Amino acid sequence: MSSAQIEIQLIACLVAIACAIPGTFLVLRKMAMISDAISHSILPGLVIGFFITEDLNSPWLILLAAVSGVITVIMVEFIQKTGLVKEDTAIGLVFPALFSIGVILIAKNANDVHLDVDAVLLGELAFAPFDRLFVNGVDLGAKSIWIIGTIVVITLTLLITFFKELKVSTFDKQLAATLGFSPLVIHYGLMSIASVTTVGAFDAVGAILVVALMIAPAAMAYLLTNNLKKMLIIAILAGIASALIGYWVAHYLDASIAGSMTTVLGFLFLLVYLFAPSKGLISVLYRQKRQQVEVYLLTFMLHLQNHTEESERHINHLGEHINWGKMQSKTVVDLALKNNMIVIDDNIISLTEKGKGFAEKAIDYITTNSTVAIEEMKEDFFLFRG
Amino acid sequence: METKYAITVDDLTVAYNYKPVLWDIDLAIPEGVLMAIVGPNGAGKSTLIKSILGIIKPIAGSVKIFGKPYKKQYKEVAYVPQKGSVDWDFPTTALDVVMMGTYGSLGWIKRPGQKEKKAALEALEKVGMLSFKSRQISQLSGGQQQRIFLARALVQNASIYLMDEPFQGVDATTEKAIINILKELRKAGKTLIVVHHDLQTVPEYFDWVTFLNVKKIATGPVKDIFNDGNLTKTYGINYKVSVQE
Repeated sequence: MSSAQIEIQLIACLVAIACAIPGTFLVLRKMAMISDAISHSILPGLVIGFFITEDLNSPWLILLAAVSGVITVIMVEFIQKTGLVKEDTAIGLVFPALFSIGVILIAKNANDVHLDVDAVLLGELAFAPFDRLFVNGVDLGAKSIWIIGTIVVITLTLLITFFKELKVSTFDKQLAATLGFSPLVIHYGLMSIASVTTVGAFDAVGAILVVALMIAPAAMAYLLTNNLKKMLIIAILAGIASALIGYWVAHYLDASIAGSMTTVLGFLFLLVYLFAPSKGLISVLYRQKRQQVEVYLLTFMLHLQNHTEESERHINHLGEHINWGKMQSKTVVDLALKNNMIVIDDNIISLTEKGKGFAEKAIDYITTNSTVAIEEMKEDFFLFRG
Repeated sequence: METKYAITVDDLTVAYNYKPVLWDIDLAIPEGVLMAIVGPNGAGKSTLIKSILGIIKPIAGSVKIFGKPYKKQYKEVAYVPQKGSVDWDFPTTALDVVMMGTYGSLGWIKRPGQKEKKAALEALEKVGMLSFKSRQISQLSGGQQQRIFLARALVQNASIYLMDEPFQGVDATTEKAIINILKELRKAGKTLIVVHHDLQTVPEYFDWVTFLNVKKIATGPVKDIFNDGNLTKTYGINYKVSVQE
């Protein structure tokens, strides 16, 4: 690996870390779309900052761009608060407007500088190592490493310092307020970090990938754990993994690095979405299927409980009586047999003592609808799982 | 003996988009009562609680907690919001939610330690949820979630408890368990204010009541003012509840 390759991968990983942290909280606060808005609407701030500083790498530029990110959030909230349009509409109104102002400003005034719309949307990670940081003539490495590295350090420090405050205000805003933690301060703090991260990162990876790196790793982590700390760690690791795999995919396909990273992110998310142990699609469908069978079993037991006459309990007539197909009847009867809830004597089905107890509990649950009964039922239902 | 007031509300008016939801409320809640706030839907019951807590800014009037503004007294007050006000899919456990109750006394930055954890475990035990401490909160039933919220308020070790419909959607066992804890708290000298829906249980559960329907209709001891006259004034229809003496 050349040093440029290592630098590119380092930048990609740093960006992934910087994005995963605010991204996790945006996802939990159901504000994923706001990252999209921020990533686009920092453009006018960037352009205006450039006019003032005439330096594309000035820290003032990053700060001004971040301010325009926060202004976006304020504008969205203001429009939404009037009650005339909904939040998603407000987002859709604000960021294209700000972005297009940025586009016009570039076209009118900055044609001769390296600030074009393509670079803004897609970034170009491959060029990042060319832009070096020199101090007293000594080459300290790619500028992006220093910029994003600083953002990562700040973000991590803030996260560790204010973890408790972030957690409580994300889970229960009202409680946070009554405990003396102003949700507004935390909200705008988070929005500022999200904005700064976006500005720092999008120079390297572009506005679209910033959004992907904020949301996809957090969404994956959300499906994989029930613990906020683990969620943050998984999101960071997922981001880093996508960054590295994406880089090498791009290397072998000779394609855009940003594009490859986003594709890998999408692919990894798909895997998690399908195969996550308890929250994945397959696991959820499997559980639904089991629950359906449980309901059938319950229906069957209640039927047996209600009918003493033999004609209603004949194994061959079961289907006709409760309007079930052959397969379905067989599944349910087999399950009940396996759990010793019924006995079949001369083709007549009867409940065992255990079956009677179960049916009675079930009736109890259905008639009282008490959650205490459900708790007990759940224990019983686990008998049928797996 | 002079009565000491836990909460005094003066000329409180709250409006959403120019429509008043609370109109000129005067209310003095004596220390040590277990009080129900009753009234029809849209009467402003939750709004009143949120205004006391400073979550909602009134357009007029003031609220004092033991004679001082809420901002200076927030450690004296514990709040149990409606269960539906949070996302129960949030990645955290029952114990962790209860621990959040200790955050107020910790203040900014400082982290909960062993002492806070011990308090949280005790509170979980008190509400009968200790065996569920590691359960992910979405795996809890509605009644259990409500108990968790109560435990979270208990660890705040406050003097005043404000509760927004703690009995909504809970089973009979949980309702009994919660009311027993509330009565215990009152015995310990705490002041409890509960938004309540089930008029039948008011005389059994509470010793103080406030009738609210945008304006304050009446406030006082249940035995004196919980009668058909006030119920009719509050609910606007001819209301009859048999109050057992």
